[in-house]
Amino acid sequence: MAYPQNYKYTREHEWIEAAGNHGTIGITDYAQNSLGDIVFVDAPKVGATVTKGEVFGSVESVKAVSDLYSPASGTVTEVNEALKDSPEKLNTEAHSAWIIKVELSNPGELDALLSAADYEQFIAEEGGK
Amino acid sequence: MSSSAPPALRQTPLNAMHRRMGAKMVDFGGWDMPVEYSGLIAEHMVVRTGVGLFDVSHMGDIQLRGPEAFDAVQHISMNDASKLQIGQAHYSAMLYPEGTFVDDVIVHKLGENDYLIVINAGTREKDFQWIKQNAKSFHCHVANYSDYYTQLAIQGPRAAEMLAKLTKLDLDAIKPYWFQWGTVCGLANTLVARTGYTGEDGFEIYVPSDVPTSERVWNEVLEAGREFGILPCGLGARNTLRLESAMSLYGHEISETINPFEARLDRFLKLDKGDFLGSEALKKVQVEGGPKRKLVGLEMLERGIARDGYSVLNLSGEKIGVVTSGSPAPYLKKNIALAYVPVELATIDAEVAVEIRGNPVKAKIVPTPFYRRPKKTI
Repeated sequence: MAYPQNYKYTREHEWIEAAGNHGTIGITDYAQNSLGDIVFVDAPKVGATVTKGEVFGSVESVKAVSDLYSPASGTVTEVNEALKDSPEKLNTEAHSAWIIKVELSNPGELDALLSAADYEQFIAEEGGK
Repeated sequence: MSSSAPPALRQTPLNAMHRRMGAKMVDFGGWDMPVEYSGLIAEHMVVRTGVGLFDVSHMGDIQLRGPEAFDAVQHISMNDASKLQIGQAHYSAMLYPEGTFVDDVIVHKLGENDYLIVINAGTREKDFQWIKQNAKSFHCHVANYSDYYTQLAIQGPRAAEMLAKLTKLDLDAIKPYWFQWGTVCGLANTLVARTGYTGEDGFEIYVPSDVPTSERVWNEVLEAGREFGILPCGLGARNTLRLESAMSLYGHEISETINPFEARLDRFLKLDKGDFLGSEALKKVQVEGGPKRKLVGLEMLERGIARDGYSVLNLSGEKIGVVTSGSPAPYLKKNIALAYVPVELATIDAEVAVEIRGNPVKAKIVPTPFYRRPKKTI
């Protein structure tokens, strides 16, 4: 699956699509593929604060639980309720099935994240370990 | 993270096949094994409703043969091998003198004073050394045939129908936990056992471990199973299938610190058969009022998935036990777990909590197995 050029990526396998101070956050195709069948998403509530680099929730597959690390700091404005009943959307459409939307407190933080090309190189190295 | 290279993983003869078929591979007890192919849930479901194929060649096979092989088997395992007829197998376990588990095993009686003991992958070397050491005083030969077999598990309600396409053996005549030799995929004298680790009907076949033969049989099974919707399955589904059926996994429900009473495997413990390794300690446990803790099944009542190692709490939030295996159950569509709790709290329907990432999440104690396969109606 292609990694959208306009997204930024973390080394913990989250993506963020930002427009001004609005960010949309999800997990990458690589992440969903390593997790396998996703059965549970634990996301923060609207109004919660998230901090760049810190855990904001988790996703669980049948096999394992994995923490979600926020690519940026801000306040949660929306939670993807559809994932409650259909968490498998993270498997089937990882790059469009977002988990939370955030009002960014410091959009400048995004500059330090990986570009699509850098992320693809990163996972190629990680996968080959 | 350390940058030193990990030790080389062991591979089954089907390793290249798994990789060619796009399986996701993991390190399982030092073995490079497929964890899933098309997806854990699909693989789990196909075994409950159709048929699935597993490479379980990482399991070990130890043969004890010689004038006192029977006595040696009686000495090192807790079930009563005198009850076995030739062509029959049973579940058993090897115990330390303290009465705790070396490993759980399947003992097959191949002939008089001739036994095949199938052991777990992660404990292969330890088990072999243990058997050799403890069979030493008996007149019998202990041989490690683990690398001589590619072991395939063909599991599911349609396994018999499918396997019948590949053999002339009368499979109906092989009852659960019995085995026969016959020609399978053109290979004479193939051991075909009606055993498995999925809680489903099925067979395990033992074929020569050279790569061409192993791959040919693997392909022929998949080809024969196509009309039944067969899927190659990984260890992920194997784990969820055995958990739904509440079967023990070494290192989880059983270990060197757990005894058969605690693991509720005492129906396979025959203390009246005479002395054997562990019997004295376990008789003492019995006399002293039985085990202090017991394995129970848990079903989550609130949203949350219990995982291995999570704490079990009482409703006041005090730790009372620990989860040994926990997972979503794909067929039952519930979140289930096995856990050790004090005997006095091990009451069916009692409510407890599992501490999931700092939060108590309600669960209740339920009977096991969680899943029992429907009786065949013919």
